[in-house]
This record gives sequence, C-alpha cells and structure tokens, in this order.
Amino acid sequence: MSRLGVIAVVGAAIFAIAAPFFLKPFGIYLISMWTVLTVAAIGLNLTLGYAGQVSMAQGAFIGIGAYTVALLTQAGWPYPVAFVCAGSLCFVIGWGLGYPALRVQHHYLAFVTLAFSTLVFLVLRNEEWLTHGVYGISGIARPTLFGWSTGKPRDFYFFSLGTLTVLAAATWWMLRSPWGRAFVALRENPLRAQSLGLDTRRYTLMAFAIGSGLGGLSGALYAPLVQFIEPNSFVLDLSFNLLLMVIVGGSGYFFGPFVGALIAVLLPEWARITEGYYLMVYAAMIMGMMAFCPYGVLGMVERAIKAVTMRGDPPTPILHAEGTSP
Amino acid sequence: MASFIQLLVSGLATGAIYALIAVGFTLLWQTSQTINFAQGEFVMLPAFFILESMYLGVPFWLSALIGIALSIVILGLLFKFLIVDPMLKHGVLPLVISTIALSLFLKESAKNFYSSQAQPFPALVPSTDLHFLGAVVSTQSLVVLAVAIATVVALHLLLHKTRLGRSMQATAQNPTLARILGIPVRRMVLYTFLINAVLVAVASILISPIYLAKFTNGETLGLAAFLAAIIGGFNQVRGAILGGFILGILDNLSAAYISSQYRGAFPLLILIAVILLRPQGLLGRIEERTV
Repeated sequence: MSRLGVIAVVGAAIFAIAAPFFLKPFGIYLISMWTVLTVAAIGLNLTLGYAGQVSMAQGAFIGIGAYTVALLTQAGWPYPVAFVCAGSLCFVIGWGLGYPALRVQHHYLAFVTLAFSTLVFLVLRNEEWLTHGVYGISGIARPTLFGWSTGKPRDFYFFSLGTLTVLAAATWWMLRSPWGRAFVALRENPLRAQSLGLDTRRYTLMAFAIGSGLGGLSGALYAPLVQFIEPNSFVLDLSFNLLLMVIVGGSGYFFGPFVGALIAVLLPEWARITEGYYLMVYAAMIMGMMAFCPYGVLGMVERAIKAVTMRGDPPTPILHAEGTSP
Repeated sequence: MASFIQLLVSGLATGAIYALIAVGFTLLWQTSQTINFAQGEFVMLPAFFILESMYLGVPFWLSALIGIALSIVILGLLFKFLIVDPMLKHGVLPLVISTIALSLFLKESAKNFYSSQAQPFPALVPSTDLHFLGAVVSTQSLVVLAVAIATVVALHLLLHKTRLGRSMQATAQNPTLARILGIPVRRMVLYTFLINAVLVAVASILISPIYLAKFTNGETLGLAAFLAAIIGGFNQVRGAILGGFILGILDNLSAAYISSQYRGAFPLLILIAVILLRPQGLLGRIEERTV
C-alpha cells in the first residue's frame, strides 16, 4: 500500500473511533449498520471483484446468518458459538449452491443465486414453526462478552467495528498468503492463472463460498443490531443494494466495499431533506455515478492519482470483472 | 376437469403476458447485451401514462395509443440514449447497477407522482363468463390471450419475413459481420429498444385490469420475465415465448394443486433444473463467446 493509502486508512480509522462520541443514537445506529453491511460487502467483493461472479444472494445469506443467530441465542446458545455457526452454515450452503452453477457456464451463478434468494425468502416466510413467518423474531439480545455488555448503542458499535476490523484483517491476510494470491491472479488475468496451473474453477467456487460465509457473519451482527428480524428485510432489494455497494465503491479494490457501504447507508439519509422524493434522488445519483465513474469511487480516485503523478501517460486500463472473463 | 380447464386458460393468459415481457427482455440482451433489471417497472409504468391521460378526459382507446407512444419515447428512446449508450462501453456490470437504480427510480416516481394505492384500470372488454365443457372461462382471459398471441405473431413475422427483421437478427447474431454487409447496426439496435417499449406497453394494458395498476407491480413481473427468458433460452425469441407460457401455466396449476404458499418456488426449481441440465435454456443455442 502506498504512503497515501496508509494515511487515508489511519485517518478513516481515527474517524470511525471518534465518530460515535459526536453522534445521536440514530447516527450511531447508521454507522453500526455501515459496519455490518461492510462485512457482507467485503464478502461480495471477493465473489464479484476477485472471482468475477455476480451473486444476487448476498442479502439472503445475511438473512440466513441473522436467523441462525437469533434462533440459536434464543435457544440458549452462547453468542460466539452462534456467530461461528452462522458463518459456517453460509459457507457450506454457498459451496453447495456454487458447485453445480460453476460447473456449467460462468454467468449462470447470477441466475442460480437470484432464484436461491427468492427461495430463501419463501422458506423464511412460510416455515412458521421455525422462523415465526411474517411475524418475525423480536427481542434478540445483544451479546455480553467477557463481562462487557454491548446492550448500549455505542458499545455495540465498537463491538461490530471490532468484528469488522478482525474480519477485514483476516481477508487482507488471506489475499496476501500464498494460497490467497490465487484470488488476485483470478482478478488480474483468469486465462493466465489457468495456464499457470491454477484450478480457476475451484478458486472461483472458494471465493463464492467464503463470500457467502462473510454474508452469514454479517447477518450474525445484523440480528443483534436491529433486534427484530423478519423475512421482508432479506428480499432481493438487499442483495441488489449490496451489489450496488461493491460496484459503487469500486469492485476488486480491497477498500471498495467500505466506501460503497458508506455511500449506500448515508446517501439515502442525506437525500431525506427532499422528503418523499429521497429514494428517487438516491436512484438518480447512483445512475449518474455509474455513468461518470463506472469503476467506482476508488477506481476514479486511482485514475485521478495516476493522472497527477504520471502526467502525460494515459492511465492504464483497470481490468474489469466482466471484461476479463475468457 | 372443469377447474383444470379454467386454470389452464388463465395460466395461458398470464403466460402470454409473461412471454411478451420476456421477449422484449431477450431482444435487448441479444442486440446490445443489456440485462434490463427495470423491465418489470417498464411494464408497470405505461398503465400510469394511460390513467393520467384518461384523467385528462381522453377516451380509453386514444389513451392507450398515447400510452404506447409515451412508452416508445421514454422507455425506448430516452432509456437508450440517456442510460444504455453512455454505459455500454464499460461492460455489463455498471449497466446492471444502473438499471437496478432505474427500477427504484421508476417505482418511486409512480408512487410519488401518481399514488401509492392500487388503481382500477379499464379492461379491454366487459368481463363476462363463457361456459365451456362445464368450465367457466372469462372473456377477459381469452381476449388477453388473443391480443398477446397476435402481438407475438406480428413480431415473429416482422423478425423472420421482412428485410428489416432479418437485418435485426443479423445484428443480434454477429454485429461485426452485419456491419460489413452494410446493415445499419446502430439503427437496428435502436429498433429493438423501440420494439421492447411497445411490447411492455401492450403487456401493461393487458395485465393492469387483472392486477390493478400499482407501483410495486414490476417486482414480480420483472422476475417472471427474467425466469421465462432463462428457462426458454436467453438468446432465442422462441425460447422466451415458451418460457413465458411454461411459467404462467405452472404458476396457476401449482398454486391450485400443490401448495399456494410455495407457488413462487416452483418456477425457481424449474430454473435450477434447467440450468443444471440444459444451461442454454430449453430452446437456446450454446453461446460462443469470443475471448
């Protein structure tokens, strides 16, 4: 990472730690939501940005994770165990879902995940014995860890910020390990990765399964944050929104999901000054953003920096998830 | 048996509407690689153009024509020039995100500028019941079926029997070669957008009397079109038609005979089965992509 990058990350970290001391409870709720959605977006970025697969089920994985944690903790299981269960369950489901889809053509994972997402919603709504159907599950307790209760908004924010940091660091480390460098190879040039003997299909599947697992962990944070979950929270809209976060932030950039989730959480709230029209304004902003910086905010920043530092040289084209598929 | 016929007829009628929407969807994909996630909202919107025009005192038939015309201008021309053209060179994904945002935009526009309540919409014919082999079949279903089939047949004739249609097919199959043969490729792509706009407007006129005009209508319709296109074959107009009918009939029959709670699940299971067993779709060709 360049020196500029380090400064930006340290600055953002200081800001993230200081922010809750200046915000009202709703503001703290929003930045907590940002941490939760960032976890899921990091997972989706692995699937989309590195392996180049479009998943439209990340919202459903958040749902599975949230229900797993809600049901297990209400059955008396300790939160950390439920947390691990949520992630593992989604990892296994992701693996099972991706296996057949990736065996055929590469863009079919998108369609399978779209169908899966709707199926998950139907199961959550209809299987009342398990999920309480449309009534949802309320009164989900926030965890107490080593005597530290995260019941208050600020405490829970620090808990989820900490979890985000740990998971992000683990992903960062994974992408730099000898094993994980294959994901970067997959992003940069899938054809060359394959000719160097990488089993690209296996790595693509792995990226999807790990991405789904992170979706589950995000759900494990989501449930205690909102304390009330119902099937409607996890419909396709959420999956679309996550896709939007990854692309708007800059897919394939490690910090893209952080930026994208921030925009997706805050932009609608700022647009609220236009009253009933805020979602229209938000949608129009996204369309405009896609027209002017299709590689996301970080893609645009990178090009701007390159343009300044290497005056005269045209910026090298950034390989894009879709464009690189053989 | 009687109820089976009833379900079959209403299934065919919904299926025909799904087919119209799915055909437009595949046309856009074939000629410009546009996956239009706002296709459902495209069907929802023309009904509001028509209602607004009738509110101003214009008779229904004229309003319907105005609705189709507005749809051509807004959902055809403006959509192509403002949203698709600037994004196309950046690949498929940014455009997907943009159409997802567009669907939200259209939904919110209909809610804010018209109403969040479901609006009654005039039917093409007064609803009377016909008795046939002990089954009760509404004239409305039959008219919907007839209009939808007529539209599909007209489109088929256009695509296969005219020079224009063949040029469009050539554009879809191999744009480079089509350009060498002197086909104005850009204009052909534009025509598919206009055809899609007409198809969604017709679908809107047919479906709104049944579902009422509501801003959320697009969600289920868009998904249905998407599923129909994949089941039938993403790169074939015939496939989309077949997929639409399968979906409509399946939807009605499974809700009646198997489980109404899980009626939405059956098309999805079929989808997964098709992807596993015949990934190019029932009638699709295997797509050969250049590296």
